[in-house]
Amino acid sequence: MDETPLIRRFLPYLYWLIGLFLVYFVVNALIAPYASGITLSVQIVIRRLIEIGGFLLAIFAGLAIIEVYFYQIFFRQPRTILTAWIVRILQGVFAGMGLLMVLAFFERTDLFRLQEGLLRSILYFPNTLVDGLRSTLMGIGLTKDSSGWMSGVVLIVIFAGLFFLNHQLTVPRSSKLGMAYLLVLPAFIGVLVLIIYPFLFEIKLAFSNASLGTQATKNAQYGLIYGWNNLVTLFTGTVAKDATFFEVLGRTVLWTVINVVFHVSGGMALALLLHRPMKLQGFYRTLLVFPWAVPTTIVAMALRNEFDSRYGLFNILLSNLNSWLVDVSQGMVSVPVLGEMFAWLAAHIGPVSWRQDPFWAFVSVLITNIWLGIPFMMVIILGGLQSISHEYYEAAEIDGASKFQQFRHITLPLLRPVLTPAVILGVVWTFNKFDVIYLITQGGPQEKTDILVSSMYKAAFSFYRYGFTAMFALVIFVILLAFALVYLRVSGGLKSVTE
Amino acid sequence: MTSTRFSSLRRALRWFFVRSRGDSPFKTLLIHLALIGASIIAVYPVLRVVTISLRPNDALLTTDLRIIPQNATLDNYRTVLFGDPTKNRQSDFFLWLWNSFSVVAVTSIISVILAAVSAYAFSRFRFPGRSAGLVFLLTTQMIPAGMLLLPLFIMLAQLRMINTSLGLIIAYSVSSVPLTIWTLKGYYDTIPIDLEEAALIDGATRFTVFTKIILPLSSPALAIAFLFSFMGGWSEYLVARVVLQKNDLYTWPLGIFTYAQQFTVAWGQFAAASVMIAVPVMVLFLYSSKWLISGLTLGSVKG
Repeated sequence: MDETPLIRRFLPYLYWLIGLFLVYFVVNALIAPYASGITLSVQIVIRRLIEIGGFLLAIFAGLAIIEVYFYQIFFRQPRTILTAWIVRILQGVFAGMGLLMVLAFFERTDLFRLQEGLLRSILYFPNTLVDGLRSTLMGIGLTKDSSGWMSGVVLIVIFAGLFFLNHQLTVPRSSKLGMAYLLVLPAFIGVLVLIIYPFLFEIKLAFSNASLGTQATKNAQYGLIYGWNNLVTLFTGTVAKDATFFEVLGRTVLWTVINVVFHVSGGMALALLLHRPMKLQGFYRTLLVFPWAVPTTIVAMALRNEFDSRYGLFNILLSNLNSWLVDVSQGMVSVPVLGEMFAWLAAHIGPVSWRQDPFWAFVSVLITNIWLGIPFMMVIILGGLQSISHEYYEAAEIDGASKFQQFRHITLPLLRPVLTPAVILGVVWTFNKFDVIYLITQGGPQEKTDILVSSMYKAAFSFYRYGFTAMFALVIFVILLAFALVYLRVSGGLKSVTE
Repeated sequence: MTSTRFSSLRRALRWFFVRSRGDSPFKTLLIHLALIGASIIAVYPVLRVVTISLRPNDALLTTDLRIIPQNATLDNYRTVLFGDPTKNRQSDFFLWLWNSFSVVAVTSIISVILAAVSAYAFSRFRFPGRSAGLVFLLTTQMIPAGMLLLPLFIMLAQLRMINTSLGLIIAYSVSSVPLTIWTLKGYYDTIPIDLEEAALIDGATRFTVFTKIILPLSSPALAIAFLFSFMGGWSEYLVARVVLQKNDLYTWPLGIFTYAQQFTVAWGQFAAASVMIAVPVMVLFLYSSKWLISGLTLGSVKG
């Protein structure tokens, strides 16, 4: 039947073979001679693959079991009264086990704590069952690792059997919303575990005295009084080590406003320059997007050294400028006004101590972050400009409107739908973004370049003030939430977003 | 002879100015000068990293501003890649890359799979809790990066997952999943619903519709969502610093920061490592930036 010659059909496999052979050859010829200098080895790669593969399998198996369970609730219906009893009991036991496992997870992560006793052993009953299964498997001669894998397999077989039984005892039924909920469920579980649960945990932590001294949550005390103490310390004491809350809050506002203003105006200027029929437009655009394309971490670490007082780029430029100004002012010493002006400039413009002077340290992080953020705004605004029809401008031109009037009355209003969300997101991102600060100055000198979020990070992971940090985080969250609510009130809700 | 040369100059000038009908040549020149200036500001700091990586070790500390340094050498690259046999030091470069890659790829896979499925429900079904869910996902983008890190850190510590790459995968998924759902939901909304309805009338199940129509049609968006969440995690430093404290688990940002901390000794090596990491990322980014931006605007900046 198939007319294609044999060789043609096997060609793709042949290509694969050749490719694999080439990879093998390259690895052998180019990497192998240097292998002694490299710490990465095949064993490490394989070990990681097994670790991650097991993790992925466990996650997806767990999700699949939950999905099938809910599928049978939504889409299957018991045949008779008798089977209804069996099915409901089965499902009840399953749900009970699941609930116990979730509660045990809460207990294990210290959301609440139970004394040894009946209650605790009930909570850990499913875990005990699994452990029992595992030790049985080890008893019949499996190793520690393979017993873990095997008990997973055994559990899945048991579940499959139960689901098959359930399936036999039920008939299909239709469900309108079941499908939607089944689809949302995995992400919902993910969000629950990764966001809601840590958030609840944080609230609890805020009302505790947890710190390094209490070994995090192990010996921590909880109570309203601790929350109150944390709050008082936050507003009257220091946020990390040196700076106070309102000082840092003021700097955060300054940081956010300066950054966003420069991002938007810089991005707007470049977008307006680029948005015209012009040669080399794509070339400029590519070059201008560079700061966005380089990984932030690399930029921040590279610029950290460029702010060095002697060998950094900025001070080299400034000292070159200074010596040029000195030369000029010496040449012009006899000229009345200009001579004095250049002498003044030569005396005032020169290398700056970026590391030691708090003001210049703050300027250095601002320069970096502004440089990093302009391309994003430029691209967004350029997209907005391109969606504005030419006809508006042509009509305005005929009516004799000046370029500035066109910008003010056509471009700005029509850019609003693009600009407003971009600015809002920009404000929130900048408010929360502190990797640049952390990598360049680490908040120094004396926390004079810290913003709220970086102070919080340091309070938690440099000074180990856990309870305090949790309260601090809640306060920051309230500030951001207030900002978001005010914005929603002004802009008229999120309707356009959810529709 | 002179006239032909002159005419070619004129032709070059005309080529340069021809399409800017509205603007005077002087203005066009000014615009080009401004853009060239801005491009230099945008590119020069990046080029300087390349410069430093080419400097020989005895000339690292210099006030030279040339782009190709004197006595340029690739020594730093060799040291970063294959270690320094004379000092009996091995290179961790590939190990860091592998650590980063394995963690970030798995995070992206998980979030794309979870998001692809639930974004479909958010896009196509109307169910109680839908808009609340969407707004909630948006709100999570307002949570400061460091805010959930502390409870997650303590949680991971209780589960003995600090200092494992699995712990880092979990920590990264926090921010990655909601953003990916938004991006993909925005894309699904642009696929006409008629296709699915036709298939459903012909007797296809929802599952077939999803796997045979929606997934193939949205494969570019899935790729972009993957890339998006990959790039988000690829150069992350702050979370990794908290979760990983063992040298052999370091991701590359943690790794090259150990270079960057020692100003004199390893600046050249830091620069070489940075160049080797940044160049593929930048090529990928510049190549895909058009789609990245459209994904971004569809997902979060929808007007």
